[in-house]
Parts: sequence; C-alpha cells; structure tokens
Amino acid sequence: MTEAVIKLAELVSGRTSPAASPYVMSDEERHEIEHCLHHYDDNRAASIDALKIVQKKHGWVPDGAIAPIGEILGIPASDVEGVATFYNLIFRRPVGRNVIKICDSISCFLTGYDEVRNAISAQLRINLGQTTPDMRYTLLPICCLGACDKGPVLMINDDTHGNLSPETISVLLEQYK
Amino acid sequence: MTTLAETKPLTANIVPGRAPLNLKEYEAVGGYRAVRKALKEMQPGDVTKTVKDANLRGRGGAGFPTGVKWGLVPSLEKVPGKRYLVCNADEMEPGTFKDRALMESDPHLLVEAMIVSGYAISATRAYIFLRGEYIEAAKTLNAAIAEANAAGYLGQNILGTGWSMDLHVHTGAGRYICGEETALINSLEGRRANPRAKPPFPAIAGLWGKPTVVNNVETLCNVPHIVNNGSAWFLGLNQGKSKDGGTKLYGCSGRAKKTGLWELPIGTSAREILEVHAGGMKDGYTLKAWLPGGASTDFLMPEHLDLAMDFDTIAKAGSRMGTGLLTVVDNKQSMVSVVRNLEDFFARESCGWCTPCRDGLPWTHKLMLSLEAKQGQQGDLELLEQMTRFLGPGKTFCAHAPGAMEPLQSALKFFRAEFEAGIAKLPNQAAA
Repeated sequence: MTEAVIKLAELVSGRTSPAASPYVMSDEERHEIEHCLHHYDDNRAASIDALKIVQKKHGWVPDGAIAPIGEILGIPASDVEGVATFYNLIFRRPVGRNVIKICDSISCFLTGYDEVRNAISAQLRINLGQTTPDMRYTLLPICCLGACDKGPVLMINDDTHGNLSPETISVLLEQYK
Repeated sequence: MTTLAETKPLTANIVPGRAPLNLKEYEAVGGYRAVRKALKEMQPGDVTKTVKDANLRGRGGAGFPTGVKWGLVPSLEKVPGKRYLVCNADEMEPGTFKDRALMESDPHLLVEAMIVSGYAISATRAYIFLRGEYIEAAKTLNAAIAEANAAGYLGQNILGTGWSMDLHVHTGAGRYICGEETALINSLEGRRANPRAKPPFPAIAGLWGKPTVVNNVETLCNVPHIVNNGSAWFLGLNQGKSKDGGTKLYGCSGRAKKTGLWELPIGTSAREILEVHAGGMKDGYTLKAWLPGGASTDFLMPEHLDLAMDFDTIAKAGSRMGTGLLTVVDNKQSMVSVVRNLEDFFARESCGWCTPCRDGLPWTHKLMLSLEAKQGQQGDLELLEQMTRFLGPGKTFCAHAPGAMEPLQSALKFFRAEFEAGIAKLPNQAAA
C-alpha cells in the first residue's frame, strides 16, 4: 500500500487531522540553512535566515516548511511559526511576483504618500495588503525606508525608488512584469 | 593645513555617485591605521578610556556615553569567555537616513570601527544587525568584510596579536522594535523581537547570556578617528558649539528646498541646518513645527530654531535630539493628520508585549482618526492627555510607547485649537 493511501485511510478514520500541503525541502535550501548555522553560537538564531531562504525560493513561507525548519534548527515548530508571524518581511500567505512596499512614515506622509498610494491603488485596483488577481503585484505598507530626503519612497522587490509622484507611477510599475 | 578627514571624519571618503572605496583605496587614505594602532600599541582598556575621554555619546538617539557603556562590560579576569559586539544598523526611526549613507558609501569605516571597538571590549564575535530592506548596504558590507578577512584584519590571531574576532552581517526581517537594544538581541537569537527586562543590562548578560555591547552605526564610525587623532581632537570638532564632542550627521526631510544629509560640528543650530544647508522651506510653504530627530521626539516650534542641536540643549527645550535629522512640518499640514500618521506607525509597530502599549496605542490612533474626521467626542482631548501619562516613561516595558507619546503631548500643547476643532459639534451647537 502506498504512503498516500495510508494517509488517506488515517484521515478517513479520524486518526489524524488534515495535514498542511506536503512540502519537500530541497537539498539546496537545506544546505543554505545549514551554512547559516556557522554564523551563530546557537542554532535557533538561524530561524530568520531559514525562513528567508524558503521565502526566496517560493515567494512566501508555505505552512509545510515550518516543521522541517524546526527540525534542522532543533527547535519546536511552534517557535518557528512564532518568529514567522512576528516579522513583517516574512510572508505567510502567497504574494504577487512583485511586492510593492510603500513607505507610510512621517517624511513620506508629508511629501505626498497619500497621492502616490492612491495612484497605485487606482491603477492596480488593489488596496494595501492585497494582491492583483493575475498575481503580478502585492501592495504592502512599510515603515520608514531610510531615504526620507527622497520622499515619497517605495520599494519594489529589492529596488528602492524615490521622489515619486502620481504621474510617474504607471511607468515605474510597468517595469515589473 | 587641515584635511577633510580631520574636520569631517565620518564623510571624508564619501563622494556622491562614486563607488565606495575598496580595501586598497581605503588603506591608501589612512584606513585600518586605527586597527594597527589599537592592537599593537594600546591595551583594550586604553581604547575604552580614549573613547570615554572624547565624550562620544551614542548617536542612535539616546546619547548614552559610549566609553561608559563599554566600561560596564566585566573584565576577562572577572568573567572569562565569550562576549559580543553588536552594531545596531536597524535604522527605522521615521525621518532618519544617516546610517544607510555611511554603510552604502564607506563600508570599510564601519568594519574598521567594529574591529577597534571589538578589541576594546575583548569581543570574540561581532554582528552588524542590518535591517532587511537595506539590500545595497548588505552587499557593500559583505564585500568589505570579505576583503578585511582576506587581509587578516578579521578572523584568527588578528595582526599576530593573539586576539581573534569574526564579524557577520545579520539581516533582519522587519519590525521597528528591533532597534530597541534588548529586542534586537532577542531577534538576533532567532526569537520574536520582544524587549527584555533591564537589569541585567546587555553589558552583563546580553546575547546568549554573555556580556554584549550594542552601538549605533554612526557612533561606532567615530571610534577609529578618535583612536587615530585622540580625544582632545575629537572634543575640538564641535568648534565650541556644544559640550559634546565630535561632528554629527544632520539632515532634513519634508517640504524643504534641498533635503539631504550633512556632517557638521555637533551643536550646530537647527536654523543653520534648515536655512543654510537645506536652503529653507520650499517656495509657498512656511515652517509650522519640526521634529528634531525622528518620530519619537517632541515637536518644536519655529521659535526654537536657534537652539544648538545637541543632546542637552534640545532636552532642555522639552524634546530630544534623537537621531538629529530634522523633519519639517509645513503650514499646509493639519497637525491632527500628522499626529494621526505618527500614532498609526507606533500602533502598528508595537510588539504587543505589554498592555499599555499594545492596547493604548491603537486606542490613541483611533481617537486621532475620529478627530481627523471631525467626529471626536467631548472629552477626547482629556483622554489623549491621560494616554500621554499612562503610556509615558516608567509605565511600559520599553521606550516604544513613551516615544509615541512625545509628538502627541507636544502637538497637544502647541496646537490645541486644531485638536479641539476635531470634536464633533453637538446638535444644538450645529444649529446655533
């Protein structure tokens, strides 16, 4: 009997709860995480690095990745989940191919954040925290990006863009497929 | 003749638009001289004493004397074993953009600073806790660290002295609270970034329970220059404008003509920063109020512009210098909206550990939203004033909520009429 059939049988008999979608950690991810362990005097410290490594591959951290990370680090899965849900740059839901992080802190607020955010929302038809149906963009708020002299500022993926205005938004967004 | 390195030590190597200096270029302008001097000619305690004599005060915002902080680390004889130096590069204070510039434009200065400062506290390992969004800084720092390792400035038996220290860049995953030093230590240990109770202070029991020093990027970058040139030179950099030593990275953001960042003698007046370096307010705008150094500092008014921007002078005026980068609020802004934005930030960034902060900040934000919509209730201003006491210093686990109350309490003091205008009129008042 295959493993899948056994699992189904267990599920039907109520012996286990529905599991998270199966997740197989690649050797590449595992090696990358294990490499990070050398940087610290305690394995737990690599939990954020490990979550970022998984996220780099999948765009977000799928439920099934939490337990394997805990196993590599030797800490409970609940602790990994506690860390994953604390930090705003770790995504626990799928996000679009391009993640827009718009700074809504004071200097950008004073120089036109509202207008820029409205222009993005109008063009993409999404609000903060939402993803376009074609999974091309996710729009998120972020705190001060440390480029206040160039406000309003946002990041798309790893790129920081400053001196934005509602007029320049559509050309900028178009660069991210 | 004085050189740029002698008058503007932090930014002497920074040329806008030019790639940062690599190791060879950095050495050619005198780089890593402080490492040689400290490790070969000085005892760790001598380095600490020099920094103490220079009266270098923490540039992360609190202004705590750096040499004193280092002096709290117990000696190796008393507490043998591991100890850590951590650079707080989690720059996230709204309105602050100085550490990014230092790390992206002159990464070897910070690496050299970490080596000299690590030597002073006999650190066995050092970390740069860098916020995750600083992608470019992570690249420049990792490249500089690789070069320093290859040159023998880091790693085992540095310069043949028998002292060993390695240096790592740890990139964060967001959350403003990571800038609080004990929350930063928890985050570095791979935990949720909740602050820890003090005492024990990190100098006694920090990272993994070992003696740990946490210093800001700009603070550390002063150290190699102090070691090279001495404490008297550093004290003189203020050009008599302050009793604090050194230069300071000052900046200006908001609707000013030339927003930016400048290295100036500490104690330079806010007026000089705004009117000379930033060129004044943009045409059509006038100055309504200003934050001296980040979202968690009290508002000051145009009449305070002549104050010297140093820790004690700004504190006497009822605010804090904080990070020293001005945020200017122009006359077209509603103070209620400005404070609503600030409280929105603090409410979102509360770590949720203690009740006054977790519950009080969203409540404060909600009150600000209703005032902004002109739907405030009678008594809301008194309630906000209560918040500034109940969420103030001593009532919460860390300085997050008290920081959130600083702009609120000063805005209530200076702009009370704008807040009152947010109270909804009673039906009989509306009819009248």
